[in-house]
Amino acid sequence: MSQTARIQKPRFNAQTWIILAGIAIIGSVAPFVEPTLVGQMTVFWIMVLLSYTWDTMGGQMGYNSFGNVVFFGIGMYVTAAIQVGLYTDLGTYTAAKGGIKLTLTLGQYFTGLAIGLVAAGLAGFLAALLIGSGILGLRGHYFAIGSLALGIFVAELASGWELIGAGSGLVPPLYPGVESARSLWLYFGCFALAGITFLVLQWVYSRRFGLALNAIRDDEDKAEAMGLHTTRYKTIAWAISGIFLGVCGGLAGNFFQFIDPRDTAFSGATYGVWMVLMVVLGGKGTFWGPLIGALLFHVFKELFWSYLLGLQYIALGLLVVVIVVFFPEGIVGWFRERFPHWFGERVDPPPEATAADPVREPAE
Amino acid sequence: MIDNLILLLENPVAFVDLAINGVLIGAIFVLVAYGMALVWGVMNIINICQGEFVILGGFVAFYFSKWGINPMLGVAAAFVLLLIVGWILYRLVIFRIVDRDLFTSILATFGISILLSQTMNEIFSADVEIARHGLGTWSLFDGRITLEQIKLAAFALAMVIGLALVIYMKNSRAGQAIRATAQNARAARIMGIDTNAVYARTYALNAAICGAAGALVAMIFTIQAYGGLAFTVRGFLVVIVAGLGNLPGVIIAGLSLGAAEQVASFVFGLEYQLAFVFGMLVLIVIYRQIRLGFRRQYLR
Repeated sequence: MSQTARIQKPRFNAQTWIILAGIAIIGSVAPFVEPTLVGQMTVFWIMVLLSYTWDTMGGQMGYNSFGNVVFFGIGMYVTAAIQVGLYTDLGTYTAAKGGIKLTLTLGQYFTGLAIGLVAAGLAGFLAALLIGSGILGLRGHYFAIGSLALGIFVAELASGWELIGAGSGLVPPLYPGVESARSLWLYFGCFALAGITFLVLQWVYSRRFGLALNAIRDDEDKAEAMGLHTTRYKTIAWAISGIFLGVCGGLAGNFFQFIDPRDTAFSGATYGVWMVLMVVLGGKGTFWGPLIGALLFHVFKELFWSYLLGLQYIALGLLVVVIVVFFPEGIVGWFRERFPHWFGERVDPPPEATAADPVREPAE
Repeated sequence: MIDNLILLLENPVAFVDLAINGVLIGAIFVLVAYGMALVWGVMNIINICQGEFVILGGFVAFYFSKWGINPMLGVAAAFVLLLIVGWILYRLVIFRIVDRDLFTSILATFGISILLSQTMNEIFSADVEIARHGLGTWSLFDGRITLEQIKLAAFALAMVIGLALVIYMKNSRAGQAIRATAQNARAARIMGIDTNAVYARTYALNAAICGAAGALVAMIFTIQAYGGLAFTVRGFLVVIVAGLGNLPGVIIAGLSLGAAEQVASFVFGLEYQLAFVFGMLVLIVIYRQIRLGFRRQYLR
């Protein structure tokens, strides 16, 4: 695939930390500067989370999963079910279809949420381990379609399961305090989680584990021949992204305040494909690519929603086609092809171009 | 669920009834899978928007029945319309992704699938529709086995389309060119075949087959703007069970998928019918992997 030899410098240099600190400051100040847009910004950080967790599989490892949305949805359901189930009977709560309003104290609410989020991370991790050991031995397109079917399969299961509300969905308990406080802590929850996810994932990539993932991306057969247990690495990588996706789903479920099995939790046609699109747009397997992709995509999406209301999904479908067909290497990837030294990569010139090489005469 | 299973075991005639109805529907899956295998084999593209072609063809038949025209004519109309749609799609998008990796083609056709389903939703609304055909039902053996005439007619028509297709691929020059390109595109180019035209023809033909199948779906089943992906998955399921280029396998797998789906939707309940289809794909894909895993140890 790549014709040039790339030597990676350590990714965290002073410049990176300055940019990260800048983002952290902007991210913490933004909700106070523009309080009306807090909801928007929360969605943005959820998008960043989705794109970085997808990048673990799709970008670093070259496994194009359309099923990551499963862990997102599992996180949503687990968190909401625990939040409700701790204080009342889940079955009667869902059977009432939103008829029962759960009134909790602040302490109860946050206890439920905390336990729920931990359980969501755990559930995402375990689900990824279980499913991954099943289907991660698959290569290429079989994995892509298998994971696509998996997402819809889980959505259909969830919309038939009475305990979690079946097709009519599940409502997480209402926040007992003021609305503005709710949106603010949800914003900071998503923001902090995005930051932690980013740092943990980059740390993972900088270890031997990350090298193994890249080796699997570049040539899986050779990686296996070199003694890597590729299926094990793939499964663990998926499980790591499963943890963060699960917690992210738990927060997102509380943010949306309504969990629909097909449209929010296991929504292959929205979040499932958006996360792929954001990473492709930004640049697969790059440091900043998923962030840039998420930012641009979020802007696109909001513009579509504001100016093309009713046609927004058509426009998004068109956007998928256009980006994939005309811009497959993404923004960061595009710059990387042209200015590799910006990325701390040394490019070895191709051997026949060097002056020291004797010019070979074509045999006639 | 267990009650239903016992009911079915105690009453084998009901089982046969379900299976026959399923096999009749399965003919549609055979057509969809055949088109998918065609595009996959010739162009190395897994066409995710296969199901949207089906639904689009279904809407043609639905509108025919709405305007008081016999929806059977809609089969021909859907064939022609989808031939044009497929050709336009090839000229706009698909020819750019023929040589690219599978991820690009999967994601691009997935994008087309979203685009088409959302456009259909916008134009035709998201209602579940069925084309009225005015054919009755036969009951055999004191009403134990019911046969809808339309299902028989659709089955026959699907088989005729399939047969015509096989003859076209085997005997016509154009069909030979398609097969030659599938075997070796480079060699085909050397022999003077315009492979780009062959690809366009293949893709358009696939869309047309799906459209005709979809017009039948509108009569014997229901169509819905978002229902396309299920047909794609069914097609993919049949193709990977049968293997590429295995026509008898595709027929057997398609018909048995139809039967299995009907039985499963009776046993598990109708709301789990789609879950069964998608779950089957996951299971078969895992089974394939395990089987390949065993075979690998001997190879290395």
